[in-house]
Amino acid sequence: MYKVILAIRYLLKRKISYFSVAATALCVFVVLVVITVLSGLTSQFKDKTHLSSGDCIVSSRSLVGFPYYDEFIDILKKEQIVAAASPVIKSYAIVHGITESGLRRVFQNDYPKEIMGIEPAAHSQVTEFGRWLCYNKANAQNVFKQSPDSLDPNLAGCVSGIGLIFERDSQGNYEIAPELPRLKVEVSSFALTAKGALARAGAGEVNTKTFYLSDTAQSGVSGDWSRFYLPFDQAQMLCGMATGPKRINAIFVKFRPGIRLEAGCEKVKLLWERFVKSKSGASQAELLENVRVQSWKIYNRSVVAVAETQQALMIIVFGMIGIITVFVVFVVFYMIVGHKTKDIGVLKSVGVSNGGVLMLFLGFGFLVGVLGSGAGAIAGWQFLVHINRIEDWLFVRFGFQLWDRTIYAIGDIPNAIDLKVLAGIILSAIAACLAGVWIPSRQAARLRPVETLQVSQL
Amino acid sequence: MMSRDNFILEAEGIYKSYRMGTAEVRVLKGVDLAVREGEFVAIVGASGSGKSTLLHILGALDKPDKGVVKFDGRDLNRLSSSELNRFRNKKVGFVFQFYHLLDELNVLENICLPVMAGKSVVGWLGARKWAKKRARELLSQLGLEQRAGHKPYQLSGGERQRVAINRALMNEPELLLADEPTGNLDSATGNGILEVFEKLNRAGQTIVMVTHDERIAHRARRIVTLTDGKITG
Repeated sequence: MYKVILAIRYLLKRKISYFSVAATALCVFVVLVVITVLSGLTSQFKDKTHLSSGDCIVSSRSLVGFPYYDEFIDILKKEQIVAAASPVIKSYAIVHGITESGLRRVFQNDYPKEIMGIEPAAHSQVTEFGRWLCYNKANAQNVFKQSPDSLDPNLAGCVSGIGLIFERDSQGNYEIAPELPRLKVEVSSFALTAKGALARAGAGEVNTKTFYLSDTAQSGVSGDWSRFYLPFDQAQMLCGMATGPKRINAIFVKFRPGIRLEAGCEKVKLLWERFVKSKSGASQAELLENVRVQSWKIYNRSVVAVAETQQALMIIVFGMIGIITVFVVFVVFYMIVGHKTKDIGVLKSVGVSNGGVLMLFLGFGFLVGVLGSGAGAIAGWQFLVHINRIEDWLFVRFGFQLWDRTIYAIGDIPNAIDLKVLAGIILSAIAACLAGVWIPSRQAARLRPVETLQVSQL
Repeated sequence: MMSRDNFILEAEGIYKSYRMGTAEVRVLKGVDLAVREGEFVAIVGASGSGKSTLLHILGALDKPDKGVVKFDGRDLNRLSSSELNRFRNKKVGFVFQFYHLLDELNVLENICLPVMAGKSVVGWLGARKWAKKRARELLSQLGLEQRAGHKPYQLSGGERQRVAINRALMNEPELLLADEPTGNLDSATGNGILEVFEKLNRAGQTIVMVTHDERIAHRARRIVTLTDGKITG
């Protein structure tokens, strides 16, 4: 019992121990806030990336694409694990807008934009395409349909990335107009033959098609600033993929709920290999050899890996703060033990064992860890709850923003605490305190009573 | 088992030396001492004669380089560390010159410390009522009942030493070891402490007291003189 009483009293009476509590609290606070915000940002980014490409992607390494996709989609749709599959044309094009008055305008810049040919109904089943639309959420399957209200009722619609039409405000929200600008969209692309040559090279012309702007899509990923969604058939023609065996660039596949990503992708891979064998000798079958079956994580690894690496690095850097906590606790306890040698001698003179002294100081360290991590967790939680309000206030008062929302695709700062992460941080902080207190505690336990009691009597 | 001559404590051929830098200081050079149950023995000697070292060895706070210390016929050198802890907790009580009360505990808690040290949390919860009652009785005997909730820094030197005596007596030890118990007190207060010892001894308490003051030593029933690490009288 003396261990409990003395550990609590040492903590309360020795003001220096408040430093170790404060150091632990600060460490827990910083690590909790950093991990929560970074993990939130990374998760948001990964989720958005995932939702924009489905679970599994069957894609060609070449812009030429691959044929017989409709047959393979039929095979996929018969599989229990597959919920939906969407054929996709992906290429690049020069895109211009033409206003009502006939003026040409560029979208942000005149660099080539990514064009994606999709069937909106199928694509909305695999991705969140339907929900990204700003004006046709409830009518996504008809988003490309001709409209009598457009500048030319004979034109098919196209959807632009939202960032190509609207600007973001300081809060990161797009300033979406009540009505979409009335624009024709001129898309010029190089059509490729199955051999990879320019389809119309002899004529010296690129393929050009004109659409009307029927909607904008906000996916939250880079496509918002660089992509146009076109009707599948039109995009196929534009890219020269509608002749011979028709070709596409990718099939986006969504698995049914509960299907493990790796297992699902393995199954699709197996189906694809069988399919390729079955097509051996068919026209343009060699294009099937260029096709890969990948999970969404691998397919998007160039962006996902960067985010994950940054997150891991930041967690390592801030985890190093834990080492500083260990050091602070060590120094504080070294000083406390130095001041408490008399007590140790007295305790041993009344029969307290070395283990008892060790447990007393470890208990003291445990208390520091519990109080420090508790205080840090509460402070961190409160800070995270109010983090967006704090940032708003800083922006209004000083013009400071953690991330410039006109540049970065970030809305609110993520602040949802993962309880498992919180528990991990608290346990690590307590372990760090115990690590810091371990050496001074052992030193205290090994003190011979006469060393401490005799000194004052010499 | 008590030995034939009813000695509660026997020390035979005790040697002890310390290293001070490169020099070896021989403090005890073959000390023999036997204490009967119920005796009040004063060990007197000049500063540095080895009195405190001998007392620590008798109370198992230190080990001799050579020699045997027996308590109730049991060789302390042969006790395991847990047995030694139990010995220090149950069989002996220490009173130090500088009281050595724990500043973080109040008077009652300081007195209860040996009971707390000898029991687990559950054991203490079971014994707490009894321990507090006994601690209050002890305080009452020494006129400190009003001081139970005070912290050591709120007490005078004499009061602190009486609290330290109560702590030493808490587990009803067979042997009370006192190291210059009046050395830090004025003469009147010191006299009061010695009266407490005399009273305890009259009640049957065995006491071994170390002092450098012949007048104080004469309050004991037997005086042992330690000179240059040896018993000389």
